[in-house]
Amino acid sequence: MAQRDQEIIDIKADSTESRRDFLLLATTTIGAVGAASLAWPFINSMNPAADVLALATTEVDLAPLKPGQAITIVWRGSPVFVRYRTEAEITAASAVKMNELPDPQTDEARVKKSQFLVVVGICTHLGCVPLGQRPNDPKGEYGGWFCPCHGSQYDTSGRIRRGPAPRNLDVPPYVFKSDTTLLIG
Amino acid sequence: MRKNAIVRWIDHRLPVVNFIEKDLIGYPEPKNLNYWWNFGSLAGIVLVVMILSGLFLSMHYTAHIDHAFNSVESIMRDVNGGWLIRYIHMNGASLFFVVVYIHIFRGLYYGSYKSPRELLWMLGVVILLLMMATAFMGYVLPWGQMSFWGATVITNLFSAIPVVGPDIVTWLWGGFAVGNPTLNRFFSLHFLLPFVIVAVVLLHIVALRIHGSNNPVGIDIKNDSDFIPFHPYYTVKDLFGLGIFAMVFAGLVFFSPNLLGHPDNYIPANPLATPPHIVPEWYFLPFYAILRSIPSKLGGVLAMGSAIFVLFLLPWLDRSKVRSATFRPITKILFWLLVVDVLILGYLGGKPPEGWYVIFGRIATGWYFLHFLLFIPLASWFETPHALPTSINLSIKEGTATAIASAKKKGVR
Ligand code: HEM
Ligand code: FES
Repeated sequence: MAQRDQEIIDIKADSTESRRDFLLLATTTIGAVGAASLAWPFINSMNPAADVLALATTEVDLAPLKPGQAITIVWRGSPVFVRYRTEAEITAASAVKMNELPDPQTDEARVKKSQFLVVVGICTHLGCVPLGQRPNDPKGEYGGWFCPCHGSQYDTSGRIRRGPAPRNLDVPPYVFKSDTTLLIG
Repeated sequence: MRKNAIVRWIDHRLPVVNFIEKDLIGYPEPKNLNYWWNFGSLAGIVLVVMILSGLFLSMHYTAHIDHAFNSVESIMRDVNGGWLIRYIHMNGASLFFVVVYIHIFRGLYYGSYKSPRELLWMLGVVILLLMMATAFMGYVLPWGQMSFWGATVITNLFSAIPVVGPDIVTWLWGGFAVGNPTLNRFFSLHFLLPFVIVAVVLLHIVALRIHGSNNPVGIDIKNDSDFIPFHPYYTVKDLFGLGIFAMVFAGLVFFSPNLLGHPDNYIPANPLATPPHIVPEWYFLPFYAILRSIPSKLGGVLAMGSAIFVLFLLPWLDRSKVRSATFRPITKILFWLLVVDVLILGYLGGKPPEGWYVIFGRIATGWYFLHFLLFIPLASWFETPHALPTSINLSIKEGTATAIASAKKKGVR
């Protein structure tokens, strides 16, 4: 036994020590990389599945809408607000100075036809649906939308004016297929 | 050593009986523990109640957005005794937090987080975090309006993380909004996490066993006259406490099962309409108040996280060698102010974020952080603690007040 211990010590003292260290390090590294790359498919399995991603587009007919009215459409499981804005609302939205806005953006940059404002109806704070679509809803001080969750207020261009939300309401990708047919997505 | 040959045979190979005798029944405990020390074992019992009631609920529950709400209603109306099992699970979750919060404040008052129990304390904070995650995901399962919107708001907290935030949220949801994939994974995790909690609780107990329980005067056990065996003394005391607890529990379950819940959760989830006033379950309200008092999205999220994270640092923020606040005149006052502050935060968290509520919310949030980051460190430097009693035994014989006086006379510190 003592004889063997001696041998082991001898081997350690030898120059092979660095070779062993290298082999150990290499094995550990390969093992760790292997384990990490095996973890990825599992993590990735929690990302949206193909059928969820395939939910592409939604088409709506805006012909029945009159100035001052609004409708809510479901796109990819989320509400999209379409508001047929009055002349007064459009002028109010474009009159705002950029330095008054927490997230500066001109009204023209947010619409394709100035009478129709199309925005994703999800508060950019923590995801509640702001009020302001129905005639008797509170619309906040800026005449747009009011989020009941933590009090964010949006204007008639869907831009954040006051409250904890960091960004303007998102504008989804959309095209007008005709004067009144809207294709979202 | 046991007489019974079979027991001896087994113990020689698997020392379970030995463990029970040495580490549970005969374990020496300080003999001056008061009723605040009941809440640890109580928390363990409630955890078992949650796992058992949850297991039976899961036999009838369907984790699908089209069926979840109805399956819970069927548990309430059709399943034999289903209403009882669900009300036990629902109110058990609330009482779990009551018990654990008391347990935590006990530790804060008596300095149980101090050396050599820092890791014990930190494991406790980990348990609190796991409990919060479990309860949050459980509340999503019945798929009512509060379930849905609570899930939306809380998962959106992660979108505050710079750059990768939105991708993380999509990953958490498994879609572009809270939906069926979200409900499914929340059910899986809600089933798993309680067992992770059990594992951390075991570590918590291992850490406890090394240096034993702290006690109301916060001094170490010095000799045989300072302790008594766990059984029968504390088994009986814990059982008595359990009896009282069971009465409160039964009172809630049978007479007012929805007292602590929100009526909106009996409305099926509607992804297109947020209820006018959404609030989390009561046990999250203080943290929710902190979230809302910071007028920036990332700031609010960071503040809420820090409110718990600061507890991890507490053992090092408090420099005092004296554990129990009984002997620390300033810390004692600070402790009670913190209790009031957290109650105020809880009250404000349930109010709409307008006018004075916001102002008071900011003051109370400020106080919470100042308590841990400024007042406690300062107090631990500058306050002069009372002289400590010479032993646990003496502190009982003479009563704490006279023990302080006599120790002063003898000049013992
Ligand atoms: C740490 C322990 C646990 C906590 C704090 C907890 C908390 C909760 C909460 C707050 C709810 C929502 C109750 C409601 O409002 O309806 C819930 C529901 C549920 N839990 Fe748990 N739970 C725990 C353990 C478990 C376990 C271990 C299981 C499964 C084995 C489970 C299965 C369920 C099921 C199926 C539901 C949905 C039915 C319902 O909503 O009543 N739970 N849980
Ligand atoms: S989610 Fe709209 S203000 Fe917080």
